Amino acid sequence: MSAVGCGREGEWALSFHAIIFWALAAMTIVPAIGIVVSKNIVHMAFWLLGTLMGVAGLYLHMEADFLGMTQVFVYIGGINVLLLFGIMLTNREPLYVRAAVKRPAIASAVLLGVVVAVGLIQSYGATEWHTAKDVVIEAGASGSAESMGRPSVKPMTAPGLLDPASAEGVTNGDGTAATLGTYLLSDYILPFEIVSILLLVVLVGAAYIARRDPEGGSA
Amino acid sequence: MGGNTFMDIGLGHYLAVSAILFALGLVVVMTRRNAIGILMGLELLLNAAGINFVAFNRFSAPERMDGQIFVIFIVILAAAEAATALALVLNIYHQIHTANVDEAHLLKE
Repeated sequence: MSAVGCGREGEWALSFHAIIFWALAAMTIVPAIGIVVSKNIVHMAFWLLGTLMGVAGLYLHMEADFLGMTQVFVYIGGINVLLLFGIMLTNREPLYVRAAVKRPAIASAVLLGVVVAVGLIQSYGATEWHTAKDVVIEAGASGSAESMGRPSVKPMTAPGLLDPASAEGVTNGDGTAATLGTYLLSDYILPFEIVSILLLVVLVGAAYIARRDPEGGSA
Repeated sequence: MGGNTFMDIGLGHYLAVSAILFALGLVVVMTRRNAIGILMGLELLLNAAGINFVAFNRFSAPERMDGQIFVIFIVILAAAEAATALALVLNIYHQIHTANVDEAHLLKE
């Protein structure tokens, strides 16, 4: 293949990459604005669904396929449905939730939000981030770790033992699930176990807190 | 960033999206009085943080995947937080028959 053909193909992939990014960014931000402006809390929950889908798409766009799927399963299938159940269980007739907030409070909140957004974007732009330049566009290209020209950070595990960095699949198109699993069971085994205990505690605690008092007569 | 801002998608673009999402989540948290509405704002904040983690992982250290591991833990903690908070809201609703956080001042009395 000639160099010109390669370049044109790369350019096309580049613009397609960019178009997908802008579509996903709009899919994330527009429903988030919907959450801010909607007065009906059920509408808020459905706008949140759109934002979560957009964030899942952004994860996929950044080649984090396992995270994208996790986002869909846990956030959309779990948390959002949980929130909807909460709404249905705690609202009798008025689903319009904004009434109690004063107008100056809303104005100052919006002002603070604008200040935070502008400040964050400014400081992000002003900082010289250490980036690996050649991975920015090379979507799906293999061997980017070698082409970076700097030594990769060695994990904390003993050599030869489960070594996440040596696990194939970081960039070779096999997906990230295998590598993430290796990380979770080697470098991050302690947080993994702590989180599993936390989930058990939350399961028991939430069921205990949410139960109706048998003799207290509440509700 | 450099180059064509619209076609050259880099770290800055993802950071900008996450910053806007974070600000919107902050506004939601501050303008809602319904506890579940505040929870939704918190989910936006956590998602903004997750985008940042994955973006830095992707663009700064693509040979390791620690950023994605952090996002997995964020998702787990978000699920735990949502479950606990909803249990608390339900309990408060049983006590005072509203999910409005301004009226949940039982400890003050």
